[in-house]
Amino acid sequence: MFFWIVQRDLLLAVRRRSDVLTTLFFFIIVVSLFPLSVGPEMNMLRTMAPGVVWVAALLASMLSLGRLFASDYLDGTLEQMLLSPQSLPILVLGKALAHWMVSGVPLVMMAPVLGIQYDLPLDALFVLTFSLLLGTPVLSLIGAIGAGLTLGLRGSGVLVSLLVLPLYIPVLIFGAGAVEANMAGIAFDAHLSLLGAFLLVSIVFAPWAAAASLRVSME
Amino acid sequence: MFQGTNLACVRGDRKLFESISFKLEAGCLMQVNGPNGSGKTSLLRILCGLSSPGMGIISWNDVAIGTLGNEYFRELTYIGHLSGTKDDLTALENLRISSALAGQKISDKQAQDALAYMGLRGRESLPAKVLSQGQRRRVALARLLVCKTKLWILDEPLAALDVGAVKLMQALLEQHLKQGGMVIMTTHQDIDVTAASTIQLQLA
Amino acid sequence: MAINWYKYASPASFYTLAGKMVPFFAIIAIGLLIAGLYIGFFVAPSDFQQGEAYRIIFIHVPAAWMSMFLYVVMAFWAGIGLAFNTRLSSMMATAIAPTGALFTFLALWTGSLWGKPMWGTWWVWDARLTSELILLFLYIGFMSLQAAIDDPRRADKAGAIIALVGVINIPIIYFSVQWWNTLHQGASVSVTQAPTMAATMLTGMMVMVFASWMYSIAVILKRVRVIILERESHTTWVAELREKGAL
Repeated sequence: MFFWIVQRDLLLAVRRRSDVLTTLFFFIIVVSLFPLSVGPEMNMLRTMAPGVVWVAALLASMLSLGRLFASDYLDGTLEQMLLSPQSLPILVLGKALAHWMVSGVPLVMMAPVLGIQYDLPLDALFVLTFSLLLGTPVLSLIGAIGAGLTLGLRGSGVLVSLLVLPLYIPVLIFGAGAVEANMAGIAFDAHLSLLGAFLLVSIVFAPWAAAASLRVSME
Repeated sequence: MFQGTNLACVRGDRKLFESISFKLEAGCLMQVNGPNGSGKTSLLRILCGLSSPGMGIISWNDVAIGTLGNEYFRELTYIGHLSGTKDDLTALENLRISSALAGQKISDKQAQDALAYMGLRGRESLPAKVLSQGQRRRVALARLLVCKTKLWILDEPLAALDVGAVKLMQALLEQHLKQGGMVIMTTHQDIDVTAASTIQLQLA
Repeated sequence: MAINWYKYASPASFYTLAGKMVPFFAIIAIGLLIAGLYIGFFVAPSDFQQGEAYRIIFIHVPAAWMSMFLYVVMAFWAGIGLAFNTRLSSMMATAIAPTGALFTFLALWTGSLWGKPMWGTWWVWDARLTSELILLFLYIGFMSLQAAIDDPRRADKAGAIIALVGVINIPIIYFSVQWWNTLHQGASVSVTQAPTMAATMLTGMMVMVFASWMYSIAVILKRVRVIILERESHTTWVAELREKGAL
């Protein structure tokens, strides 16, 4: 069941490749705007890099949340999922996983390239990528709650950002913090452990909350 | 046995219906009638457990469906207004995936047979977006052929279907009822389904 | 004599009860407010380090406490409403949100007013101010979500989920911000040490805390009454009130 839903969502994403690419290009463009707005001074860019990449990842992941449930809601598939004898949280977990593979993983893979634009040293690039790898699934999982709650509402795109962005803050702090700590020569493993802890906690709790929000929204 | 007692539904300030009761035995058909806006879809969604009634109890074999949870969903197939077909998937994928979602894994062969029965032979690998409204409806209804559930709740199953497809549906429903299944449906079209007993539920 | 508490869980009887309670709490709130401000501005001595500027704490501290406390209370009522499907609890949660947001805003505003003479800037990315800002975002998220949903039942439940998710996240956010603040110690000034307080200062502050309490209760009850009327406008008891000219 879990694999069916992941497989289905990935298949749908493959049939609609443009959606995946728009998220990725959004990420690239936002990151590239910063040097243009603050000037190409390399020392400054290097200190800004972790924050800029992480904020852009947050925004890109949030923008793609609309795709998580909206099309299933519009064509009635979501109704069928709610009536499925399978556990709804597991199903939501599958959808969040597929969402991450489609919108999160490309960001993770793109991050080192963007880091090079900001002249990040090699080990900082590694930490940046690894922190994104741990952090972006949390974004998809927490985002699923917001996406579920705003289903079918007017202006749900803006509303979901109001709901979800404050909840993303801890991930942002420790994700960007890990890279900064590495660049400052301080130990960064605590940051990564905490990101890992967030990931575990959100795997356990977020699907329940998202499933509850779907039931509320479909009533 | 499927039973609803004293059901009521309120939407906003408006009472859609109240004190609706019925009892459905194996092999029974219940037709829900009423003009537009009388709450037919709301009633069906309540019976499915998608939304909770403002008042009243729905029970399956004398147990409230709220406490049964997934056990109840295992006995139920609901096909709503929105047929739940994905534009980007082929008819075959749509059927296989929607069946798997409902907890009924089927083989390619079974899916192909079901689609052929619904008159979609040769269109199995077309994406749903190139199919007509009626054909998409047939894809959705094909699930009834492969599911092994007892209770079917169908919201306007005949909408957009041509005469031939209505005949197919009629035969399908009769067979299901004969095997001891139950059907609750709304329709604005005339359909003559013979059942052990038929309940007409009129919403004002 | 046993009091029938359940009686007051129905919106109709709570409406009357709340109507009697509002003036009571409002009067106490005004009295305490006058007393607290008098102690704060005229009785309490000036601080040897911060001069007169410290007097902002008589508003800032109660506002900051209330802002956090009200969020928890709001989540509590919303959670009760979600779990037991009691309409009144959900209405309480909806009524608390604007007051909580107001106190959050007050805490931020007075914090920045205090920051200007103390730190030389209106805004410092200090851990407490930053957490307070995020709390404001959480309140705004809750209120916008409820405002965007037309069906009150769905609004109640959706609000409850986001409030509960928020309340679980508040400690996590708070500690993240603390950590972030210590990591960037160089950039910010840590001045959140409370000044050693004279007894009168403490009295003044506690009186103001109670005044905020009473004010919150009065305003929230008043708002619950309005929400009850709005939601129950189609019922017979509201129609009877209207006939009696009580509205």
